[in-house]
Amino acid sequence: MSTTNYIGKPTSRVDGPAKVTGAAKYAAEFNVPNLAYGYVVSSAVTKGKITKIYTDEILAIAGVLQVFSHENVPSLAWLDRSYKDDVAPGGSPFRPLHSAEVKFNMQPVAVVVAETFEVARYAASLLRIDYDVVEHATDLEAKRDDGYKPGGGKTGWMPPPAPRGNPNDALQNAAHRVEGEFIHQAQHHNPMEMFATTVEWLGDKKLKVYDKTQGAFNSQQYVTKIFGLSKDNVQVISKYTGGGFGSGLRPQYQLFLAVLASLELKRSVRVSLTRQQMFSFGHRPHTLQYLALGANEDGSLAAVHHHALAETSQFEDFTENVVNWSGMLYQCDNVKLTYELAKLDVFTPLDMRAPGAATGSFALEIAMDELAYKAGLDPLEFRLRNYAARDQNADKPFSSKKLRECYHEGAAKFGWAKRTPEPRSMRDGSQLVGWGVGGGVWDASQQKAAASASLNVDGKLTVKSGSNEIGTGTYTIMTQIAAETMGLPLEAVTFELGDTALPEAPLQGGSWTAASVGSGVKAACDALGEKLLKLAQKMEDSPLKGVTYKDVQFVNGQIRLYSDPTQAVVIRDILPANGQEKLEADGSASPDMARQSQYSLHAHNAVFVEVKVDEDLGTVHVTRVVNAVAAGRILNPKTARSQVLGSVVWGISMAMMEESVMDHGFGRYMNHNYAEYHVPVCADIHDIDVVFVEEEDDIVNPLGVKGIGEVGLLGVAAAIANAVYHATGKRIRNLPISIGKLL
Amino acid sequence: MTKQTTQAPLGSPAIALPPTSVVTLKINGEERQLHIAPWTTLLDALREYLDLTGTKKGCDHGQCGACTVLVDGRRINSCLTLAVMQEGADITTIEGLGTEQNLHPLQQAFIDHDAFQCGYCTPGQICSAAALLTEGKAKTTAEIRELMSGNVCRCGAYTNIVAAIEEVLTTQKVQRHE
Repeated sequence: MSTTNYIGKPTSRVDGPAKVTGAAKYAAEFNVPNLAYGYVVSSAVTKGKITKIYTDEILAIAGVLQVFSHENVPSLAWLDRSYKDDVAPGGSPFRPLHSAEVKFNMQPVAVVVAETFEVARYAASLLRIDYDVVEHATDLEAKRDDGYKPGGGKTGWMPPPAPRGNPNDALQNAAHRVEGEFIHQAQHHNPMEMFATTVEWLGDKKLKVYDKTQGAFNSQQYVTKIFGLSKDNVQVISKYTGGGFGSGLRPQYQLFLAVLASLELKRSVRVSLTRQQMFSFGHRPHTLQYLALGANEDGSLAAVHHHALAETSQFEDFTENVVNWSGMLYQCDNVKLTYELAKLDVFTPLDMRAPGAATGSFALEIAMDELAYKAGLDPLEFRLRNYAARDQNADKPFSSKKLRECYHEGAAKFGWAKRTPEPRSMRDGSQLVGWGVGGGVWDASQQKAAASASLNVDGKLTVKSGSNEIGTGTYTIMTQIAAETMGLPLEAVTFELGDTALPEAPLQGGSWTAASVGSGVKAACDALGEKLLKLAQKMEDSPLKGVTYKDVQFVNGQIRLYSDPTQAVVIRDILPANGQEKLEADGSASPDMARQSQYSLHAHNAVFVEVKVDEDLGTVHVTRVVNAVAAGRILNPKTARSQVLGSVVWGISMAMMEESVMDHGFGRYMNHNYAEYHVPVCADIHDIDVVFVEEEDDIVNPLGVKGIGEVGLLGVAAAIANAVYHATGKRIRNLPISIGKLL
Repeated sequence: MTKQTTQAPLGSPAIALPPTSVVTLKINGEERQLHIAPWTTLLDALREYLDLTGTKKGCDHGQCGACTVLVDGRRINSCLTLAVMQEGADITTIEGLGTEQNLHPLQQAFIDHDAFQCGYCTPGQICSAAALLTEGKAKTTAEIRELMSGNVCRCGAYTNIVAAIEEVLTTQKVQRHE
């Protein structure tokens, strides 16, 4: 018998047919009538001032409509706060085309608008600009002594907790000690879809904006505040986003430029960035980390010192939680965590998948491996001995924590017990084999989200919430939640998102969408269910008369009594029987702060990696990965598995490939294209196994979900580096682990 | 210390732009006429002039494979060819492989195996895989991985992409032997 219980069942993506046929439309694919094209001109210099911009010769080209630069931008909002988006860090946000000043390389300095894309591109390539150039600083290594403690930071940033215990003495007196510096360069999100905005001019300053973003509402408030428009006149639409990974958390400059051009020219305009320009805004910041760990004779952690110095721009303090995790992943009473920034002439960094935690866990989990070797313990056993039953940073119990099960189930699946501990002790023919372990911890968050639900007389349910789909499966899991709550078949339910005309949802980020929007959808469906029950009770001979919402279940297209399931009303019959065409309800959900604040809410993972190293060539192949994740309830094991598979690919990428190479002479990332900024391709990816450890948690939120978009990435890069050490005896603390570092 | 520099110093704009002409392309079995200049790539012709936006632009430099289409049965990066060069050729885009009501076996397999996340590289992956099947070179998992390595997937769906292609490959083999 078919059932309408969908939550927790592997379910194919409901947006799958649209995506595999090319019917799903992304921001640059709305070909509205009378469209003009803008092409961005990027600064050739890193720091200085534009002294002359030769727009006249460009305007003479047939088909060019206008060249916008600081010289002809109309008067816009004056205060910094008008330019601040939902996740702007402290400081003064960058204002495109605001003045002659150049603050970073590839800063947008003009946009050429023309009748066709080709003419705009051609004309932009010819725009002459004179600059007065001053010396720039882009090298974090040269700023080691210029670090400062950030002030305000941004939403979600927690300054490192105060030191606890006596970390200096404890380290000094420890039986075993390790210390070292851990480095990764800047990394760029590089979603497949390049940033683009299509603005449809609807007349009289009324705009429909198709934007690449992870938050339509964020783009809307940014545009309305800067250009002084009412929200009624700016509808932002983002039905599909071709990858985000954090890059779309802040509105990017093509949005500003497209809206500017549309308002000035009074016509529809599209601005798309190039792949090169995808390296001209936020990135995972280049970070230098110092870690010192001490262990006692019995293998217990004696001391943790973790310091990080990260780059930020001259104009904003971008902050992320890099070191905090080192005070909570393991039990340790003597801990010192510090975090500093240094200002460089670069664009402000930006949250990139598991921001801070991917960075911090890379260093901590390598250092833990080193210390395990010093203490003569298996690295997994060492972790188990230092298991943190309580969050010592917050001094709170965890709402739930199944990391121990992650270790056990992951190790069993991987076959960890067969590992021989000595480096260079395992081989496969001529290749060295290495096995490594790592893991991490990530926040389980919930934000306020609203939704609406509407049942039509034909039995079709439409549920709406202005969230986003960046590949995480939002359409699918929300459809599952709505269908199960209303007891309707999946096919009868449509979920709509990505539109500021819909009920407000938070930015798609922080792994909180399932918890937040899912709870909002559930609330709207419950509200609709209560209304529907009332109507069902009005029906002639209704078997549900006199009962309350708690007494009934919605399942298999019926409202049934829990106490006697044979007493039921068919949902499709209710509206016709009451002579109603449609029944609607709204709902919203917010975190239960009073309850949640008593606990530490986190997801965990443990990852096991096998590498094979050809020592003659220095090549490393990540041949096998098992990633065990404890993230509460898994709404859809099929799409959830894909997210963790993707996280592992990201970890392999971070460990082995990703590096935005800055030429400090120019102040420019030199490998700013897809051929030279390496990410894995199909041939780089071998066996990956995902294990979801069962974890029940009714504290995080009523759905019991913790989110899985980010946790799977934690510790992957470290586990690979640890495996490389096990294979070769070489300890690489500077990512990526490129061939040259192993030869 | 301040110094002066000029961006695009060689810029002496040719005021006369390349002329447009009528180009006829055969796309998904249908002849389409468009007025374009020689500098329009096949990719831009599809997306901007013919509203066939299923073919994606991920780099515009032949580095990512998102724009893969079939030309006379061969997979090519449509950003690396000019539309005028393809007059008379048989062009198949993702829209021509199947529709939501009538999916190509690869499209169905991609859904069944969850071989995509954001969906942006997916049309290119599927077109590439369609050519891979007819090329007949990929017989093992390792060969599929190698021969699908021209299509980048930043979401990292490779495991499932390979599983989807393997399934279709196996089904075809079985059908051929029946």
